Amino acid sequence: MVPTTRARDLGRYLGSLLRAVRPGYILNHMVQYQRPHLDDSFAALSDATRRGILERLGRADASITELAGRFQMTLTGMKKHIGVLERTGFVTTEKAGRVRTCKLGPRRLEEEAAWIEAYRQLWDTRFDELDKIVEELKRKERDHGRQKRK
Amino acid sequence: MSNPTTVERKSERELVITRTFNGPAHIVFEAWTRPELITRWWTPKSLGITFVSCEADVRTGGAYRFVFSHAAFEQPMAFFGRYVEVTPCSRIVWTNEESADGALTTVTFEEKGGKTNLVLHELYPSKQALEDAIANGSPGAASEQFELLDEVLATLASYGVAP
Repeated sequence: MVPTTRARDLGRYLGSLLRAVRPGYILNHMVQYQRPHLDDSFAALSDATRRGILERLGRADASITELAGRFQMTLTGMKKHIGVLERTGFVTTEKAGRVRTCKLGPRRLEEEAAWIEAYRQLWDTRFDELDKIVEELKRKERDHGRQKRK
Repeated sequence: MSNPTTVERKSERELVITRTFNGPAHIVFEAWTRPELITRWWTPKSLGITFVSCEADVRTGGAYRFVFSHAAFEQPMAFFGRYVEVTPCSRIVWTNEESADGALTTVTFEEKGGKTNLVLHELYPSKQALEDAIANGSPGAASEQFELLDEVLATLASYGVAP
């Protein structure tokens, strides 16, 4: 139940994407600049191998060679997948000597905006329900007041 | 027509949420302090989360424990903490102790002309804690989120949105 920090990092990306595609969200918010990014992100994540790579990097950083071995793929094939993930910001790579190490990428500003908006929607939905209770309690108080005056 | 809700990140560690309610402060306060009322609004249906139990002793020094279930999780999730300060009809301060990253939350109710301005202030122990908290609004392991993602992608594909 308690996620590791790295798994949480990954959860952040997926969570923000999932929330961003909630009905109504795309229509109402940031449609102009959020959409291309989302489309690219979904394209990047629509491939099972690339999701596997992210899951693997969520546990620990890994070199392209290690990933190619793990997913039984040529180095060239793995480099292509990493390229797609790197362009969409899911992964960053760093070269030290002859080894290119992959890790989960930096958070994006649009994602923070999406988090804040999702959080706002959560509270807004809660408060809409709370409105109903406020109306109900007001009505009860009025009725009670009338009974008292009788 | 409901009043707008705003959320603003005031600093690296702070979030502030505001909303006005069309009723006096004592009524809004009541909805925040009686468990049978809390359960009616804290987990709206669209969230997919339901209360298993709700204990809330809303007095200074009192404790609370909310237990939720969600279809995606086998085990229920518990959220708990203490009320650090409770001033009837005006202010509630509580801790979130289910993890070391939990916020200190202060909610204030200010009545004006029969309406109540609510300000909810969350102070997180660190920048990372705040970012994790927002991102993990529905906590879950990565694999479960991948399953959800598959569903979302399938839905989008059927609308012709996703590749």
